[in-house]
Amino acid sequence: MAFRRALKRLLQEIPNQGSRCYSTEARQMVTMIPGDGIGPEISQSVKDIFSAAGAPVDWEDVDVTPVKGPDGNFRLPPKIFDSMDRTKVGLKGPLATPIGKGHQSLNLALRKAFNLYANVRPCKSIEGYKTPYNDVDLVTIRENTEGEYSGIEHVIVDGVVQSIKKITEEASMRVAEYAFAYARDNNRDTVTAVHKANIMKMTDGLFLKCCRHVAEQNKDIKFKEMYLDTVCLNMVQDPTQFDVLVMPNLYGDILSDLCAGLIGGLGVTPSGNIGQDGAIFESVHGTAPDIAGEDKANPTALLLSAVMMLRYMGLSPYAQRIEMACFDVIREGRVLTGDLGGSSKCSEFTEEICRKVRESE
Amino acid sequence: MHTSRVAASSSIIQHKKYSTEPHFSKYGGRTTVTALSGDGVGPELLSYVQEIFRYAGVPVDFEELEINGSTTDEETLCSALLSVQRNGIALKGNIESKFDEPGFKSMNVELRTQLELFASIVWCKSIPGVYTRHQGLDIILIRENTEGEYSNLEYQIVPGCIENLKIITEAKSTKIAKYAFEFAKTHGRKKVTAIHKANIMKLGDGLFLESCRKVASQYPDIEFNDMIVDNASMQMVSKPQQFDVLVMPNLYGNILSNITAGLVGGYGVVSGMNIGDDYAVFEMGTRSSGRSLKGKNIANPTGMLLASCDMLDYIGCNKHAELIRDSVMKVMSVDKVQTPDLGGQATTLEVIQAIIEDIKPKTTSWSTTAAQNVSIDAFLFNFKVTIVNSTLESCMRRPIEMAKRWQTFKE
Repeated sequence: MAFRRALKRLLQEIPNQGSRCYSTEARQMVTMIPGDGIGPEISQSVKDIFSAAGAPVDWEDVDVTPVKGPDGNFRLPPKIFDSMDRTKVGLKGPLATPIGKGHQSLNLALRKAFNLYANVRPCKSIEGYKTPYNDVDLVTIRENTEGEYSGIEHVIVDGVVQSIKKITEEASMRVAEYAFAYARDNNRDTVTAVHKANIMKMTDGLFLKCCRHVAEQNKDIKFKEMYLDTVCLNMVQDPTQFDVLVMPNLYGDILSDLCAGLIGGLGVTPSGNIGQDGAIFESVHGTAPDIAGEDKANPTALLLSAVMMLRYMGLSPYAQRIEMACFDVIREGRVLTGDLGGSSKCSEFTEEICRKVRESE
Repeated sequence: MHTSRVAASSSIIQHKKYSTEPHFSKYGGRTTVTALSGDGVGPELLSYVQEIFRYAGVPVDFEELEINGSTTDEETLCSALLSVQRNGIALKGNIESKFDEPGFKSMNVELRTQLELFASIVWCKSIPGVYTRHQGLDIILIRENTEGEYSNLEYQIVPGCIENLKIITEAKSTKIAKYAFEFAKTHGRKKVTAIHKANIMKLGDGLFLESCRKVASQYPDIEFNDMIVDNASMQMVSKPQQFDVLVMPNLYGNILSNITAGLVGGYGVVSGMNIGDDYAVFEMGTRSSGRSLKGKNIANPTGMLLASCDMLDYIGCNKHAELIRDSVMKVMSVDKVQTPDLGGQATTLEVIQAIIEDIKPKTTSWSTTAAQNVSIDAFLFNFKVTIVNSTLESCMRRPIEMAKRWQTFKE
């Protein structure tokens, strides 16, 4: 026990990209935010599949409905921060956007609390789910804290508004370093910086400068830079030419959704927010209130995000098995939920994946 | 001397126009159009346009100006602006942006803002014979062209922290929305969609959206809806047939125009127009300079040719526009003489040759010499008017050009 503690301390002292020192022996606690609408169903699916795989993960469910504070304002319940402080890893289902504060505040609060500076979306074509685009296999890494989303706006005079886009060297360096580390860890060979420095010379110029600087230190990974509009033009004609893309906030938001559209939409796209003090993986689709509770939901997006989480936690073998099982089921096409073109229930789809996972042991 | 010339030029740029109608330099039945060379494949494509105009007997003369990424002096930009203001209309290759150089200023943006070309229109239509993943597209993208993220207002707060101001004004948002609805009405379109990110930029894009909504209420026959830009991007690659006319601020327009252009065939088949109250500049829809294609004889000339046809329509030479456009489309869709970007094997020259061969029989009644003949009276009239209307700087340059042209006619 003491040896394990010492080992853990030693591992934590080794500088690396974020806190990724999880022992593969002990069970890990993960904060689960089931979410609204179809959230609880798909969260349960993920838990079932994880236990079928025997993944050493324990779940701590947290409800994030805003609570009224002593000052009368609604804010997030403190237990979410307590939980995340302990576990450092979270899995989040879809959250409804109530009128007023809510969804955005939760994302903003979590991002600020855990310094979630990079949003990662791997987009890979799913065999068995046909879209006009084949063989897509790219990753978008988006700076998650600044840029156009700084939220600073002013009305100069009536009818004239200015929105401020902020780019800092620190944040740009951080996300560039993460992008190259991700590329190395996942055997990707090219990182492309997406920018519009011809128009925004100073801001995107700074971002590009940081990317170039990090590229110099990572000569084993190829580095390219491309204008945002050229990337968009080429993406819809031949997405196979892209590998890892790194970009500021707004371009990342648009491009990551564009890439999600190439592989079939938000219902099958995983997403992860990586920070220095933790990480939260989430499904980015809506809550689908019309099918909530009817066992019709598709858990693929949340499941693939959970797979990303396993890789982040250093539990790659489990991640591999669960991912393969999920893709096998979709490829076979016998048991598919409605949105994937089948007529099976969520529970049946989940059971099929569990069966495949057990078989692969 | 230099200071007074530049001062005279700037006073011309700021000079207010009293006429509300676009004007063209039309003398002796021929219109003069400014040709801004640009970088990459711009110069060669513009020369092909002139070649085809010659064969089609188009009554247009080009005032060629070399302006590209290596141009650093203000005077060349002033000359370009003056030329477009004089002629009212221009055909342009994209100017490369050497943003790493100190003191860089995007000349493409300067041209658009100084000439107040408030609307950029890119019309993306599926082309028969061109393989694409989506069929049946007919989307018009109208983009605000002078403000938003392209305001070029940046500053450093502290070392390592830079801010950029995105400006949205009610006046320009209303103007572009009105233009979009009028365009939709003129062309019988049923739906206008505003693209924005007002959930994040509540004040800025919120103002744009509000302006669009106000204008929409004046057009009850046209359906109006709005969509967030990231959702619009996703929908564009999965279900693009749902879009009709899109109106958007500058950057989102850039993104969506390029996505949609990619869906119908790429940089080579889409033309774009920049329209202002007084001037119009026509160029390729994706505004790409085609740097990597320069000199390789593989660039697709279709986009520039279609832009030149749009220009001919704009100045009223509809018959010539139709003639050239029909030939261009026939060569691309029916004869399938296509450059590598469309999956074909033809070179640029082969495409141009095919278009010329298609045009020739249609213009047997027009001889090339007749198209080029300019009467001496018309030339002298042109010369006198030029002297009276031009600035000191123009006076120095234009007679030399006119003399050169006279020399060509004499030969």
